[in-house]
Amino acid sequence: MVKVNNISKSFKDVQALDDVTFSAEKGELYGIIGPDGAGKTTLFRIMTTLTIPDKGTVFINNKSIIKNYMEIRKTIGYMPGKFALYQDLTVEENLNFFASVFNADVNDNYDLIKGIYSHIAPFKKRKAGNLSGGMKQKLALSCALIHKPEVLFLDEPTTGVDPVSRKEFWDMLAGLKEMGITIIVSTPYMDEASRCDRIALIKNGKFLQVDTPNNIIEKFNSNLIAVKTYNMRRILDDLRKCTNIKSAFAFGSEIHALIDDYSNIENVSLFLNNLKYNDIEIHKIKPNIEDCFIWSR
Amino acid sequence: MEQVIYTNNLTKRFGSFTAVDNITFHVNKGEIFGFLGANGAGKTTAMRMLCGLSIPTSGQGYVAGCDIVKEQEKIKKNIGYMSQKFSLYEDLTVWENIKLFAGIYGMNIKDIKKKADVILDRLDITKEKNTLVKNIPTGWKQKLAFSVAIFHNPKIVFLDEPTGGVDPEARRQFWEMIYSAANDGITIFVTTHYMDEAEYCDRISIMVHGKIAALASPKELKEKFNASNMDEVFRKLVEGTFNME
Amino acid sequence: MKQLMSFIKKEVLHIIRDKRTILILLIMPIIQIMLFGFAMTLEVKNINIAVFYEYGDEMAEKIIARISASEYFNIVKSIHDTNEINNIFKNDNVDTVIVFSHNFSKDLFNMASPAIQIINDASDPNQASTITSYISAIISSFQNEVLLQNSPIIINTELKMLYNPELNGAYNFVPGVLALVLTLICAMMTSISIVREKEFGTMELLLVSPMKPAYIIISKIIPYFIISTINLITILVLAVSLLDIPIKGSLMLLMAVSFLFIFLSLSVGILISSLVSSQAAAMLISGMGMMMPVMLLSGMLFPIDSMPFFLQVIADIVPASWYFTAVKKIMLEGQGLFNVLKEIAVLTIMLLLLIAASIKKFKVRLG
Repeated sequence: MVKVNNISKSFKDVQALDDVTFSAEKGELYGIIGPDGAGKTTLFRIMTTLTIPDKGTVFINNKSIIKNYMEIRKTIGYMPGKFALYQDLTVEENLNFFASVFNADVNDNYDLIKGIYSHIAPFKKRKAGNLSGGMKQKLALSCALIHKPEVLFLDEPTTGVDPVSRKEFWDMLAGLKEMGITIIVSTPYMDEASRCDRIALIKNGKFLQVDTPNNIIEKFNSNLIAVKTYNMRRILDDLRKCTNIKSAFAFGSEIHALIDDYSNIENVSLFLNNLKYNDIEIHKIKPNIEDCFIWSR
Repeated sequence: MEQVIYTNNLTKRFGSFTAVDNITFHVNKGEIFGFLGANGAGKTTAMRMLCGLSIPTSGQGYVAGCDIVKEQEKIKKNIGYMSQKFSLYEDLTVWENIKLFAGIYGMNIKDIKKKADVILDRLDITKEKNTLVKNIPTGWKQKLAFSVAIFHNPKIVFLDEPTGGVDPEARRQFWEMIYSAANDGITIFVTTHYMDEAEYCDRISIMVHGKIAALASPKELKEKFNASNMDEVFRKLVEGTFNME
Repeated sequence: MKQLMSFIKKEVLHIIRDKRTILILLIMPIIQIMLFGFAMTLEVKNINIAVFYEYGDEMAEKIIARISASEYFNIVKSIHDTNEINNIFKNDNVDTVIVFSHNFSKDLFNMASPAIQIINDASDPNQASTITSYISAIISSFQNEVLLQNSPIIINTELKMLYNPELNGAYNFVPGVLALVLTLICAMMTSISIVREKEFGTMELLLVSPMKPAYIIISKIIPYFIISTINLITILVLAVSLLDIPIKGSLMLLMAVSFLFIFLSLSVGILISSLVSSQAAAMLISGMGMMMPVMLLSGMLFPIDSMPFFLQVIADIVPASWYFTAVKKIMLEGQGLFNVLKEIAVLTIMLLLLIAASIKKFKVRLG
């Protein structure tokens, strides 16, 4: 459905994208995961025919973004980084407008957005500018969906949104996937990776890995341990001094560290005990996506 | 223990809408205090009042020993502020930014120079001293912005979603800087949407609909809500109140 | 078509929702016309007049007596040497000099053509033209009463406007305000409303949609076209009804030229919007870049003829100066199509160039 082959793009002296390749199948929920400035927005603008890459080709439903961009534009939905809505128009007016831009009728496709729009329908006479962040997000998604696109491109739809609204949003995306819509979504939140069928980890314009979240975790080939103690703040520096530890970072209530070999866990424990930590918990763990992102080179 | 922030029934209304509803809490010196809440729960409004940018409708508050109603100017000298949206001037160089912000707080140029060298060295960006801020990587930018926010040795530093969109490694390095600042006795008041970061705080408050719905250490909160991590605590708390409506 | 209609509806909503701006847009031309109209004193009083005539010329003295009797004029000086005339404006507080021809009475009775010359200080062109018309009225009523009815003799009143021979400025503010208001609304508001879409990110969405770029532009243009037409009518109605400034030439022609200029200004707005990416920049360029030249170089405030050469060249590039001249010719001087062909041609060429440039500059993708 979406085929991106070896695209590169630079702006002046900044290489925004460097030889990026991936493809998403019909009905797939595909995540592009990486921090700000990694090149996510540039990639989305290329896929949505807004920008032309310096090198490489992109096909949406077998149509080239360069030659057939007008045809592509009829079949895709796009939600740019900041919720692009008309702040001075009401919820209803925004929806009707975007429907007519795509020659669609709100009533024809209402089933598609019903699950999302029903949350904001009670406020349909309210101006979009006066909605809360979560509601703006839902309205923007409804507007991007109203013409029943085959592919939906969502650029950082959950940035700056609280965890509860984020979870709700991903539940909605799961619902849309059920209806057969292909969804390409970007996010800086690593914990959202597990909600995608496949993901690409992007950093400094390059894809680090492209696979299902599980495969990425399975492929992680370093030895990862979790360390826990009462005084979490002090232990990080001490742990890094241990010769068996290659690198260590705080991960919520634990510290995740790379150890040279799992057989040395006892050594590390001993090392810490010598430094007067007497409630050390150390154990081998499976990485999460964030671990993979940090330690994949 | 010394309390550097202390509020009593702090309230802010906009017309009929109560953005901050009778909040009473305190923050200890040298503490890392996480200030969490859903979008629109009143975090920003509360933070503005504490920084002396907005006058409360009712209630009292003291920040760094100053009354937030009567001594707003004095407060500003004793706090540092950094947000994801605005922190440094992109079109000035690293050094110009440091000079500007330190100058605002009345430091003399000799001290600024001496301290700047130490900080740039610690951040390992001495060679970028004369680079425009917009040309340095995002991760460094945040760390530099934090260094600038605490450059004048404030008693408290307010961090408004300082790590939004920052890559995971830089985010953790950022928190290590926060730890070291807290060890130096600077009180940290921070908001975030990353729930793993909530774990790094000494205590956290969670705001729901203008009220403080919970305030304790991460460990206590997890026990109280029978949750395995802060994400779950947050969800239970926020979704719980949604259901109450 | 449905696409276009809903887009236009959306633009109208934007404009209606922004009550303050729409109010300013509709009231601004009214205030400008009133300000210019009343600030320029059309009423004249206590005008000091010097006269030159042959002592003892009976008819000349009668006319002078009439003028003197008028509440508007004071005869302050009588001169006997024509050389004095040039200095009298500078040295004495004199606004107008009336010169009677040699043997005025004799010529009058001998059926020859006697002449009266009215010399004005036209640096205040409004006042000068008012004075002239009052004096002419007095002379012609004198002619009707004193001389025989249907007398073949006509007193030639000859006008001489010193310092500003073409009387630039008298009612010039009307074409001036027209040029100003139309430029402002069309160029500035159109560019701002397009750039706003860029700023809010909605342009990205519109470009991604199958909406034709031409539709985007057309729907941006139409509401401002309507508002500027309303303003055009408001200004003309006010000028005619409130300020008694007649439209001497063809109204149709005036409207046609105005529509041409409106389209021209709209395309300037579109061009500006494709060059800048912030509303502030759009406002600055159309404000400073368009308003100032219209005020200073169109001939509205300062006659172009008396400008230094290089400013005249710049004035020629400003579309408003051509529109200004055309309106002045049609409305104030009553000239016909033939005499404004040059202006129309220049404006048309400018319009075509701008449309070509805007089409070339308008991007179907992001930059």
